[in-house]
Amino acid sequence: MYQVNYHRASSVAEAAKLAKSGDAQFLSGGMTLIPAMKARLAAPSDLVDLAHIAELKGIKVSGKTVTIGAATTHFEVANDEKLKKVAPAVAHLAGLIGDPAVRHRGTIGGSISNNDPAADYPAALLALGATIATNKREIAADKFFKGLFETALKDGEIVTSITFTAPAKAAYEKFRNPASRYAMTGVFVAKGKDGVRVAVTGAGDDGVFRSKEIETALTKKFDASALDGLQLSPADLMSDMHASAEYRAHLIVVMAKRAVSAANA
Amino acid sequence: MSEVSLVVNGRRVGGTVEDRTLLVHFLREHVGLTGTHVGCDTSQCGACVVHVDGKAVKSCTMLAAQASGSTVVTIEGLADGAELHPVQAAFKEHHGLQCGFCTPGMIMTATDMIRRHPEGLDEATVREELEGNICRCTGYHNIVKAILAASKTMARSKGKAASKAKKAA
Ligand SMILES: Cc1cc2nc3c(=O)[nH]c(=O)nc-3n(C[C@H](O)[C@H](O)[C@H](O)COP(=O)(O)OP(=O)(O)OC[C@H]3O[C@@H](n4cnc5c(N)ncnc54)[C@H](O)[C@@H]3O)c2cc1C
Ligand code: FES
Ligand code: FES
Repeated sequence: MYQVNYHRASSVAEAAKLAKSGDAQFLSGGMTLIPAMKARLAAPSDLVDLAHIAELKGIKVSGKTVTIGAATTHFEVANDEKLKKVAPAVAHLAGLIGDPAVRHRGTIGGSISNNDPAADYPAALLALGATIATNKREIAADKFFKGLFETALKDGEIVTSITFTAPAKAAYEKFRNPASRYAMTGVFVAKGKDGVRVAVTGAGDDGVFRSKEIETALTKKFDASALDGLQLSPADLMSDMHASAEYRAHLIVVMAKRAVSAANA
Repeated sequence: MSEVSLVVNGRRVGGTVEDRTLLVHFLREHVGLTGTHVGCDTSQCGACVVHVDGKAVKSCTMLAAQASGSTVVTIEGLADGAELHPVQAAFKEHHGLQCGFCTPGMIMTATDMIRRHPEGLDEATVREELEGNICRCTGYHNIVKAILAASKTMARSKGKAASKAKKAA
């Protein structure tokens, strides 16, 4: 790891100010950024630690509205009793991320800001039509995820919280890469106030995306049988050492079927 | 440079370290606790697991500066004098180790896992919870056996302590 200057922020305003120093980056759980710095793939001059900012933490559920602070850990999301009642699919998803030690540190804000094409949270936020609040504005999930490791965030902009309406039905099914346990294909299916929304992670050439074909089929009938015989085009899907685009095209439908069945169960 | 101050195994330790110092290097090189190991560069093996404020974390993926102000427990902090912690004793009893390199991380992960599952553990849960700990020697069977045995012993001794307290009251 190259030399770096560490700063601990105690408020969002202070973090925003500290971010102006040199080539600074925010540090939340550090579960992506620190490995990247160790491998010298990232070399910020300064780190602004967000993990001690109280206003970025915690989960609020009021009626059907759920708000999760950006610095809330995967472990906290996976184990929150109120969240498990209104949106169990989101708690389930958080419990599938990495391993227990990663979940104790990694945060939702860090995960979506990083926007790894195989990360889990982006699929949930896109399918739930979530709103991402920053220290500057509110951004709809549809506009937030821009491609591989790319988001709508501007330099120095801090994700503060994520808000969504608990769906009537939802589920996430993840086919884990047997080595890294990231999603080789993960499908989040939600049926809520905006109808049926289906988001796919781990499979797109350009990161997380919504599958219109699956949404259309499930809008007609919210049942796994509605996807029988559906074939997706591999054209914009990822091919890598783990799986071909054709394999992923098939896997998306399989995971979507399992997700709908789980959502209906 | 950062001034860091933390409590490690009940003892206050501190000093001035480079901001890039990882917690694992702080523990091994500044505090002299070499039980915590480094087995990989990719945050995957779990040889470095310690407890920070009561939670299992990978000390190779956290800066000492991030941990400043926290309470840390390492493998050296588990035994009660000469008496092994029940998880350590179970690893010995059930041959939960061969070369021993992964063992400190396995045991710190196991104690955290047992604490989070007061209702008890089954084999599938133990295997799932060991996701972040890699062992190149044992094939995991005896590690799983040891953790299941320790979880039972610890539940029993907790039960005993509780009934003793009840009788005394
Ligand atoms: C062994 C291992 C396995 C993993 N498995 C999975 C998995 O299965 N699925 C999965 O989805 N992820 C997985 N991860 C990644 C993990 O979920 C990370 O926690 C997450 O990607 C990043 O969150 P963080 O809080 O650790 O962010 P950090 O590493 O601290 O930061 C990541 C990036 O986001 C920026 N950032 C952080 N917070 C904010 C904010 N509030 N506003 C703006 N920018 C911000 C940082 O500057 C940095 O660029 C794994 C990681 C490891 C080490
Ligand atoms: S040394 Fe920390 S996970 Fe391998
Ligand atoms: S006992 Fe050798 S790595 Fe586990």
